[in-house]
Amino acid sequence: MTKRFIKILLIISVCIICVPLSMNERTVDAFSNQVIQHGAVGDDVIELQSRLQYLGFYTGKIDGVFGWRTYWALRNFQYEFGLPIDGLAGTTTKNKLAKASKYNEQYVKEQINKGNKFTHYGGMDLNKQSAPKKTGSGGAANKGGTNGGNAGKAGNTGQSGNAAKAPAQQQAAPQAPANPPKQPTAANVPSGFSQNDIQLMANAVYGESRGEPYIGQVAVAAVILNRVDSASFPNTVSGVIFEPRAFTAVADGQIWLTPNEQAKEAVLDAINGYDPTGNAIYYFNPDTATSGWIWTRPQIKQIGKHIFCK
Amino acid sequence: MIRGILIGVLALGVAGTAFWGYQEHREKNAILINAENNYQRAFHDLTYQIDLLNDKIGTTLAMNSRTSLSPALAEVWKITSEAHSDVGQLPLTLLPFNKTEEFLAKIGDFSYQAAIRDLDKEPLSDKEYNALKELYGQSADIQKELRNVQHTVLNNNLRWMDVELALATEEQPNDNTIIDGFKTVEKTVDGYGETDFGPTFVNMKKQDDGYKYLEGKDITKEEAKKIALKYSGFGNNANIQVTENGKGSDVGFFSVSVQDKKSKQEANMDITKKGGYPIWFILSREVKDAKISLNDASNKAVKFLKDNDFENLDLFESSQYDKMGVFTFVTNENGVRIYPDAITVKVALDTGNIIGFTAEEYLRSHHTREIPKPKITAAEARKEINPNVKIMDESLAIIVNDLNEEVLCHEFYGTLGDDTYRIYINAETKVEEKIEKLQNAEPIYEDVV
Repeated sequence: MTKRFIKILLIISVCIICVPLSMNERTVDAFSNQVIQHGAVGDDVIELQSRLQYLGFYTGKIDGVFGWRTYWALRNFQYEFGLPIDGLAGTTTKNKLAKASKYNEQYVKEQINKGNKFTHYGGMDLNKQSAPKKTGSGGAANKGGTNGGNAGKAGNTGQSGNAAKAPAQQQAAPQAPANPPKQPTAANVPSGFSQNDIQLMANAVYGESRGEPYIGQVAVAAVILNRVDSASFPNTVSGVIFEPRAFTAVADGQIWLTPNEQAKEAVLDAINGYDPTGNAIYYFNPDTATSGWIWTRPQIKQIGKHIFCK
Repeated sequence: MIRGILIGVLALGVAGTAFWGYQEHREKNAILINAENNYQRAFHDLTYQIDLLNDKIGTTLAMNSRTSLSPALAEVWKITSEAHSDVGQLPLTLLPFNKTEEFLAKIGDFSYQAAIRDLDKEPLSDKEYNALKELYGQSADIQKELRNVQHTVLNNNLRWMDVELALATEEQPNDNTIIDGFKTVEKTVDGYGETDFGPTFVNMKKQDDGYKYLEGKDITKEEAKKIALKYSGFGNNANIQVTENGKGSDVGFFSVSVQDKKSKQEANMDITKKGGYPIWFILSREVKDAKISLNDASNKAVKFLKDNDFENLDLFESSQYDKMGVFTFVTNENGVRIYPDAITVKVALDTGNIIGFTAEEYLRSHHTREIPKPKITAAEARKEINPNVKIMDESLAIIVNDLNEEVLCHEFYGTLGDDTYRIYINAETKVEEKIEKLQNAEPIYEDVV
């Protein structure tokens, strides 16, 4: 009899221990294990932005890039929920966030894949938060309904007001569907440069030095940037690149070859401060250089086939 | 009969070819003229801007009232920048324009700095006034020379394209009035040497005073090899090559390239001779798909810096570019961030290896500083900020301002609309030293990056 009683007791206690454990596990499952920080890109960021938007903290575009708006939204969330304010989405923050919000992954991913403009506010019919021609997402609408009940929870923290303020719906942007699924729809760019600037530089670097080792390509990109900085050259990337007779690749049209990934990476490195040339503003290939004048420049070093000089 | 047809066909052929050739010729000419016009426009525009420049500097000299001086100087600044852009459109290898461009940049910097200064509080010093006078004289000389060239060009109907064509067919253009004329201009400028702008003038050009704060003994080639090997992490089975810097560099460094014999991966690195500090390091290899998070990568970067004796560094910016994490660190001394001391570390997100590192800025500027106590409080500094900006965060920082000086500032992060700004208020003078709009993520356009 007592044995049986103990058995029951054991089962009960196991249950008591296990239930919260399993619940914990479920909430952690929401995100992957990583600590998400400023600058990160990817699925976890999409989820983070969606959840923050659900609670009304994040009003920006869900694009999968942890930028400044996401950062401030996260910090506000941490402040409102009494967490240490560090702007990092660590385990505790992620758990709190997962508990307080719902994330309709299917809906969000679908919108992203379709290239729709959309929002993910809690307490609102999701169908109203995007304006696409989608038809078969009754599931999403249902979930939107259940989400509505949850918004009360967020209301405890004084955030429901925010959520209600959220713009009811946004225009659909009829864009061509993005390539593979689940991709973030934005990219980090170094301060002061656009993706097009990078592309233009990559073109120049590729045209000028595609036969060179990687380091030689970084060097060519660095020279372009050094020229932009230099008082003796135009002050813009395009000005430097298209200065007549400055680069042979521009003169003979090789600049319009399609650059590979390596050239782009080299450009990014140079923009991020890598300068293998020691501040050179000229370079030449000693085998093909026609101008005698270039030999009079003080030389700094040789990388691959190019000699870099002041 | 056959002969007749043959003649007919041939005649048609000849006529067709002639017509085609004529078309081509016309097209070529049209393009040539177009290119020529571009050069001509840039050239004539340049002479016009120099005329204007000379005029304006002349008028500023006569001005006394500060209220008119500031806009006039701003105007000078604008003109130099336009002239500068005109020079940039003229063919580079034909003519060594450096001196002329530098001269323009110098006037531009000077007038800009004087224009933005509060001339009521800090009027032009005598030295600056004299510098301005000197510039006036010099710009008059340049103006004269340029007008000479312009006159010859117009009179003799000279064409830039002729020079271009001569170059394209690899003949050396020995005698060319345009080139000779510009060489004279260049020589004239060269003769001016350095104008003395007075003590408050700091050239805005990127300062290139080498690594003056470095300490330690000079290292040998062998030591450089060892350092590079350690950074590369290749173990002992590697080919190492060391070369010394050329004469054109103002700092001594060794360039080391290390190749792993097994994987054929190559690491390159520059190391200062003095003290053996790493200037930059790049390991080139293909990076596979990202497996670790940006946060893990940043921890690796932190550990890497610690292992290599870089201390008191704060992670300041992190960004994920596809399969790479790029982290910028700055020195933090007693809670004051020192922005000139920047180090960038690049981590591959597949294995978490360090594949790049640059400490150039850090080595140029890092030294023990006396950080003064801020004279105004953060609350006082806050009042200087546009009230529409919502302040999110604040701290103290040392930055390099427009005049190329290190200044202690209250640093504020604030938002206005959708954008985040970094605002620096001088902790001594309350001057708004710098406002930066922080970069937002850029939407991906089709097929870009």
